[in-house]
Amino acid sequence: MKPRHKRLAIVGGVVAAVGAAAALVLNAFQSNLVFFYSPSQIAAHEAPTARTFRLGGMVVEGTVKRDGTRVNFVVTDTAQSIPVRYEGILPDLFKEGKGVVAQGQLQDGVFVAREVLAKHDENYMPPEAAEALKRAQKGNPKLAETLSAEPIRK
Amino acid sequence: MIPELGHFLLWLALGVSAVLGTLPLVGAGRNRADWMALARPSAAILFALVALAFVCLALAFVGNDFSVLYVATNSNRSLPTHYRFAAVWGGHEGSMLLWTLMLAVWTVAVARFSAHLPDKVMARILAVMGWLSFGFLLFMLMTSNPFDRLVPTPANGRDLNPLLQDPGMVIHPPMLYMGYVGLSVAFSFAVAALIGGNLDATWARWTRPWTTAAWIFLTIGIALGSGWAYYELGWGGWWFWDPVENASFMPWLVATALIHSLAVTEKRNSFKSWTVLLAILAFSLSLLGTFLVRSGVLSSVHAFATDPRRGLFILAFLVIVIGASLALYAWRAPKVGIGARFALLSRETLLLGNNVLLVVACGAVLLGTLYPLALDALGMGKISVGPPYFDTVFVPLLTPLIFLMGIGPLARWKEAELPDLASRLKWAAGAAVVATLLTIWLRGGIGSVGVVGLLMAFWIVGSIATDLFERLRPVGGVRTGLLHRARLIPRSIAGMQLAHLGVAVFILGVTLVKTGEIERDVRMQPGDTTTIGDLVFTFSGVREVAGPNYRAMQGTISVTDKGRPVVTLHPEKRHYPATQSTMTEAAIEAGLTRDLYVSLGEPVDGGAWIVRVYVKPFVDWIWGGCLVMALGGLLAASDRRYRVKVRRTAEATTSVASAA
Repeated sequence: MKPRHKRLAIVGGVVAAVGAAAALVLNAFQSNLVFFYSPSQIAAHEAPTARTFRLGGMVVEGTVKRDGTRVNFVVTDTAQSIPVRYEGILPDLFKEGKGVVAQGQLQDGVFVAREVLAKHDENYMPPEAAEALKRAQKGNPKLAETLSAEPIRK
Repeated sequence: MIPELGHFLLWLALGVSAVLGTLPLVGAGRNRADWMALARPSAAILFALVALAFVCLALAFVGNDFSVLYVATNSNRSLPTHYRFAAVWGGHEGSMLLWTLMLAVWTVAVARFSAHLPDKVMARILAVMGWLSFGFLLFMLMTSNPFDRLVPTPANGRDLNPLLQDPGMVIHPPMLYMGYVGLSVAFSFAVAALIGGNLDATWARWTRPWTTAAWIFLTIGIALGSGWAYYELGWGGWWFWDPVENASFMPWLVATALIHSLAVTEKRNSFKSWTVLLAILAFSLSLLGTFLVRSGVLSSVHAFATDPRRGLFILAFLVIVIGASLALYAWRAPKVGIGARFALLSRETLLLGNNVLLVVACGAVLLGTLYPLALDALGMGKISVGPPYFDTVFVPLLTPLIFLMGIGPLARWKEAELPDLASRLKWAAGAAVVATLLTIWLRGGIGSVGVVGLLMAFWIVGSIATDLFERLRPVGGVRTGLLHRARLIPRSIAGMQLAHLGVAVFILGVTLVKTGEIERDVRMQPGDTTTIGDLVFTFSGVREVAGPNYRAMQGTISVTDKGRPVVTLHPEKRHYPATQSTMTEAAIEAGLTRDLYVSLGEPVDGGAWIVRVYVKPFVDWIWGGCLVMALGGLLAASDRRYRVKVRRTAEATTSVASAA
């Protein structure tokens, strides 16, 4: 092989490898994006039913019920509320009346959380929870648009 | 008085760094030996000033001087003394001071240990590092002065975040910072070479030990952070693909690529512009990491700062440093040249593959980390990219990388032959398959990803064994002792293979823990038992104990294996009154083949608790692998040729000096 062809082959190989890797990365990225919805959006049936998403808001006081390792509680953005079910141990900073972010899926009107996110600071409101409250307080009619305007199409 | 002294020292350091950043640089351009000679003493003075400022802050902490705002927010009278010292870097301002101190340490180390460099090169390198110091000192003095006073003085401080009250946290930040900031050395070498327009194999040889040293610290720092998350966050995970973790992982990936690219530049005088670009990229990513972590865009235990001025300052600094160095690169890189040619199959090509894969992996992490932030900043909503994304991406990206890792060290430079490589490596491949089958037979089904993991780990081990065998085999009838032949292996080669072995250990750990871990969250009353395999965990209740600055509920869980007692574990749920926070303290029985991990969840009715009971096979191999990698790096960085060169050139310089 001539040196020029060799160089071409190397460049071509690198381009092909990077292209394949980029395709892989973007594909994985698309199918693993987790979107965020507030209780109001869920009440308005904007949240997907067969896809994992994040829910943010406040834990309503007096709603945390334990049954063995199963926990039920209600999350609100002050306008709407949604019941949440979780199996396992809640993070140390989970408290009634405080902000919370949960990740999971909607099943028959109940949000089944696979993960309740641990935050590290008790003064700190998770951004998603703060966002949900803010939107609800504004009564923003566009509140749904922020994310559902770009549904994921595969 | 002492805090004011510290503040004043920082201003002095700012002045000295300005001198260091300008005069030697101009001197190098104008051939003024007297100006260039300023570089070394300025570096030493800069270090002394910053170190003294650091001591001042440490004194304020140890002496409970709550009239200093930063001390009052991060310490407390009841905090044990060693944590009061570690609290110096427990918040934003102090960690910036630690960062600056580390930068000064590296600067003075370069000045001291690279005595063989030509004066001009040295002047330029130190000047670039001087500019970086200037930037960080200015940042501290403008936006985050650790010596600010608090009036009126409170009687007691607000205490250190309980999560950080842990021995791991005492050493994790200094290690990580040594790594982050150490990359500034490679960066400065690269920028100095671009300014001078002179980049050759010698340059690569000067740069290599420094880059490897920074990489060692970074590796250990990341491993410590991961280990801390494992035992301190109380839920047994060791890597969360949290943006903060990613911020330290990205520079590591690029630094790893840089180490390999530097090898090509040194040995074959090739990949030159690419090496320079990687050096710039690696440090830029550490700056980006600092920006992400310190600016408050991320929310986590690391994000102390919420003052937007700080974010803006770091962002501006980032733009200046990256922009200027890339502009310089675009302007000067053509002068640097591309370098020697190589065949389609050669060690160069394999290392090129390594570089491409590592950089793509870094790009994938960057995408997953920055995209949600960018979307949020543009007001387009909140999304998150979770661990599944990174897991999906990393297995297919790293598998070819590991495969190449088995071939690369055995391939010849310039031109390698496929039949030759295949015949040398067939035993390694065979052994990998056999060992994988054996492991599956011993441990049971582990899934397809698990099989790939095992194959890759054993493949590396097989390849290293092949290399070792070839090097130790008697050649050409000359009868020399085995020990003699072993001593002939250069340290850089031994170090490389040791680091590769560390990767194999790491992969084994990850594969076996991912495929074999058992996690149970169970409700246990005193006297209840939980059984995992042959292990029986018996919960015998909870009692209250008092710590120096906390109260804890301490559980007692005894473990038996086939009836034989193994260990009694005492997990705790701690309450820190000063910060009104609760912390889960897991209890772990570590072992070579498995960890037993228990932690207290929450109390439920009638003295019962929800308890986490985990069995994590081979989890310690993850950090063990990182340690082996770091040791390999240490061995490689101590290679003779880096030191011999120093002595010879130093002698040459002395003889020239005495002749003159």
